[in-house]
Amino acid sequence: MVTLNDYLIASGLLFGTGLAGVVLRRNIIVIFMCLEMMLSAANLSLVAFSRFRPTGGLPDYDGQMLVFFIITVAAAEVAVGLAIIVALFRTKRTVHVEDITSLSG
Amino acid sequence: MPQPLFYLFVAVMLGFGAAVVLLRNPVSSALSLVVSFAGLAALYVSLNAYFAGVLQVLVYAGAVMVLFLFIIMLMDIREEQRRKINKVAVVGGAALVVGFVVQLGGVLAGYEAGRKPLDRVPLQLAEAAEARRAVGNVSPGITADLERGTLPDTKLVGEALFTRYHLQLQMVGVLLLVATVGVIVISRREDRVVSGSGE
Repeated sequence: MVTLNDYLIASGLLFGTGLAGVVLRRNIIVIFMCLEMMLSAANLSLVAFSRFRPTGGLPDYDGQMLVFFIITVAAAEVAVGLAIIVALFRTKRTVHVEDITSLSG
Repeated sequence: MPQPLFYLFVAVMLGFGAAVVLLRNPVSSALSLVVSFAGLAALYVSLNAYFAGVLQVLVYAGAVMVLFLFIIMLMDIREEQRRKINKVAVVGGAALVVGFVVQLGGVLAGYEAGRKPLDRVPLQLAEAAEARRAVGNVSPGITADLERGTLPDTKLVGEALFTRYHLQLQMVGVLLLVATVGVIVISRREDRVVSGSGE
């Protein structure tokens, strides 16, 4: 049968994939997608912990509440982040992070 | 959930997740992420979190990824041209990821409580129904569902959200409102602001 560790390892591997994308990719939109992937990996471990620690015979719904709020905040973050990327593209005409060097001294 | 299905969905999730990182075209990355999130939603369902699974499909695979594709279409981004790769960054990034995964494996290898299989922690719906009756049976619908032997996941999420977490729910509502206003302010064209203030 599937154990809690299986779910945590799957979640950790998804987080690692997202981290690799954030570090290795140069397209700012793909970096943003990989950030979403890392948030979802955290959600998977929260749901797994909620199911494997039943309180009173039911899953621990406090964990799933955190998942609900993370999804909501991530949706707001995507909207604001993409608006910033569009504004950036309008002024710099690029989505390549190495071309955005205004802050490098 | 049977073990083969678990491995199938994990493979879908991780395989298409790797495709997001490896494919050069941003549109392919976005569509791979949709499939990856669908596999993730299936894992949520396997953990009896039906509402979280539906939310993952509707909000992430639906709304968020459509927004991503819309922005990619709006910017008319071509496939990334190959550039000189910074070797130090690639090696450092790969070492960071491998170090993280190895450390996680080390921690989980010593985590005894995580060895419990899913059928050893069954949901006790009848006991939960009895406990709800003992404290006054506030939501009879939920108790009736539990006595029928089904897990009313959405009703339980709603109950927690509108009783114990109602303050946080209102705060998130304000956050979404502020984000909406912020997006409109950020994406307004600069030149129209200038001509408006010049009058």
